[in-house]
Amino acid sequence: MKFLDEYRDGEAAKRFVEAIHHEVTKPWNLMEVCGGQTHSIVRFGIDELLPKFINLIHGPGCPVCVTPVELIDKAVDIAARPNVIFCSFGDMLRVPGTKSDLFGVKSRGGDVRIVYSPLDCLKVAEENPGKQVVFFAVGFETTAPANAMSVFEAKRRGLTNYSILVSHVLVPPALEAVLSSPQRRVDGFIAAGHVCTIMGTREYEPLVEKYKVPIVVAGFEPLDLLQAIHMLVKQLEEGRHEVENQYERLVREDGNRPAQDLIKAVFEVRDRAWRGIGTIPKSGWGLRAEYADYDAELRFDVKDVGGPESTECMSGLVLQGIIKPHECPAFGTRCTPDNPLGATMVSNEGACAAYYRYRRHEAK
Amino acid sequence: MEFELNCPVPMRHDTIQLAHGGGGRIMRELLEKVMLPAFSNEALDARHDSALLEMGGSRVAFTTDTYVVNPRFFPGGNIGKLAVYGTVNDLAMGGAKPKFLSVGLILEEGYAIEELRRVVEAMRTAAAECGVQIVTGDTKVVDKGKGDGVFINTAGIGLVPEGVNIGPHRVQPGDAVLVSGDVGRHGIAVMSVREGLAFETPIESDCAPVHRLASALLEGGVDVHCMRDPTRGGLASVLNEIATDAQVGVEAVESAIPVEEGVAGACEMLGLDPLYVACEGRMVVFVPGEQAVKAVGLLRSVTGGEGAVRIGTVTAEDKGTVFLRTSLGTKRILDLLSGEQLPRIC
Repeated sequence: MKFLDEYRDGEAAKRFVEAIHHEVTKPWNLMEVCGGQTHSIVRFGIDELLPKFINLIHGPGCPVCVTPVELIDKAVDIAARPNVIFCSFGDMLRVPGTKSDLFGVKSRGGDVRIVYSPLDCLKVAEENPGKQVVFFAVGFETTAPANAMSVFEAKRRGLTNYSILVSHVLVPPALEAVLSSPQRRVDGFIAAGHVCTIMGTREYEPLVEKYKVPIVVAGFEPLDLLQAIHMLVKQLEEGRHEVENQYERLVREDGNRPAQDLIKAVFEVRDRAWRGIGTIPKSGWGLRAEYADYDAELRFDVKDVGGPESTECMSGLVLQGIIKPHECPAFGTRCTPDNPLGATMVSNEGACAAYYRYRRHEAK
Repeated sequence: MEFELNCPVPMRHDTIQLAHGGGGRIMRELLEKVMLPAFSNEALDARHDSALLEMGGSRVAFTTDTYVVNPRFFPGGNIGKLAVYGTVNDLAMGGAKPKFLSVGLILEEGYAIEELRRVVEAMRTAAAECGVQIVTGDTKVVDKGKGDGVFINTAGIGLVPEGVNIGPHRVQPGDAVLVSGDVGRHGIAVMSVREGLAFETPIESDCAPVHRLASALLEGGVDVHCMRDPTRGGLASVLNEIATDAQVGVEAVESAIPVEEGVAGACEMLGLDPLYVACEGRMVVFVPGEQAVKAVGLLRSVTGGEGAVRIGTVTAEDKGTVFLRTSLGTKRILDLLSGEQLPRIC
């Protein structure tokens, strides 16, 4: 397929692998930030092609995985109410809350629907004026423009039966949390290309300066990742620390300005809890006061809803790159995709699920 | 009629989830913990697409399937065609010549008779095309809201020729794995209509009978070890089922698996893997390695089999596991999914 097969070409991949082998003289720990990148790495076996010196650490950039259990519980609570149509991206439906997941609500008669865009929810809201339509607005910077647009449009159209349950998180504060951790192991980052398509690359400059760590913004296909690893290793071996852009075909230094303006108009920066990691200051977005009417947490009064995390799940350590998924004692035994203890085992992009799906023959 | 299970094995869910019909591990668990312990017998326990029965000196294949597709009409087919082809195909996968079908209709109050006529007409032409007769049937009507227009059950019987012995039990190391054409089309065609996704070129379902492909192999003298049509759960699930039931390993080559460009593009956009997306006019065939070239040639000589290729090999190692050789030359597991695939966030 044009513009896809080219980025999965075995011969070209071999050339990058050779270049990496040629470059590397020391061990380096590289973190790919985004779950989509983790999925690609494990699916294509990219890490198996690398020199043993290079250790890939799977970062916290999986929105499904970092959405706190408390918010899943709130989603479940709202979705189970009569007269509510609860809309969500597909992969949130199987994430376990403390008592149930959203599929469970659906099987008990709740109106839970999978949508591909939050804007589809506006249509649902218009067609069901007697019902409350709620969208589970989850994600990093990538999904924020469409989520913001849905609220902006709802207000413009005067829709009073639409609201969003917000769990928006941001990449740079998460990287800072990883870098400032006393257990820090990361020498360089492969940053998430699609996040940077929206936000640009400038916001990574301060991190590079402060922590002397190279960051390469990369795409998601095998050749993107191999090229990014090569660029990172080259920087590290040469003692440089810069923001470089491998994903030039999509990412501009300034990002997508109109999208950023829309985000700023609708959202403001807030402290956010990350599943398995804890609260990171100024690491997410919430609705601005002007849009508080569209905040599902206020509309449905779910202040006291939400239970504690499973104590057995070690996803926090996985998301910070401190352990690999198969190093968790529950991996593949008490925790499987059919019976997940935590969200990293649920989502396609979760590191634990990726290891389980593609690697469990090695983990034994 | 009520029955009691002697040993109710604990299940993860206490109510039925959509995933119980998704063709993945959760569905397999339902079969293994609820259905099979209750019904176990030799014919059922063979766990093939159709049961093989000895009756009055004849070998009869018997199968049933229920069709609940939404939307009922989709590019390349409709629920009526599916209901005939699907059961014909399940018979053909047992090496049988399909003969007779039954049809059970569950109609929802308020369903347009005009549409029912179109469905019935589609079934009539599909049956004629496959050379089968619909010889018995039943109709029930449920209250509005208790159904989805029309649900169709078909059962079928066919005759298995002398000497034909097909099933997972015959699959062995060294066998070649073939597929009769590109995979994933039906699932994407249905999804694109259901979700209102418009692609540049509309994707048509591969909905078609495969019994002529199966006959071409058997009559052409290929010692077919096993055949299966990759419907729910797609190619990956069929390979996993056979690897488990036959206690062999399977190694498939990713670049050899045909996926039509439009299907590949749609899957990329939705974050789905085409290897888990349903086909309705394809078959996966296990034949002795030395007969692979001949079998591919025979398949390609029949309409609907033009795209047949070899995609992999059965191995003695890693029993019950399917591996995929990726385009980068690395090897990974091609797993059975838990339930249905879910579209990704970003």
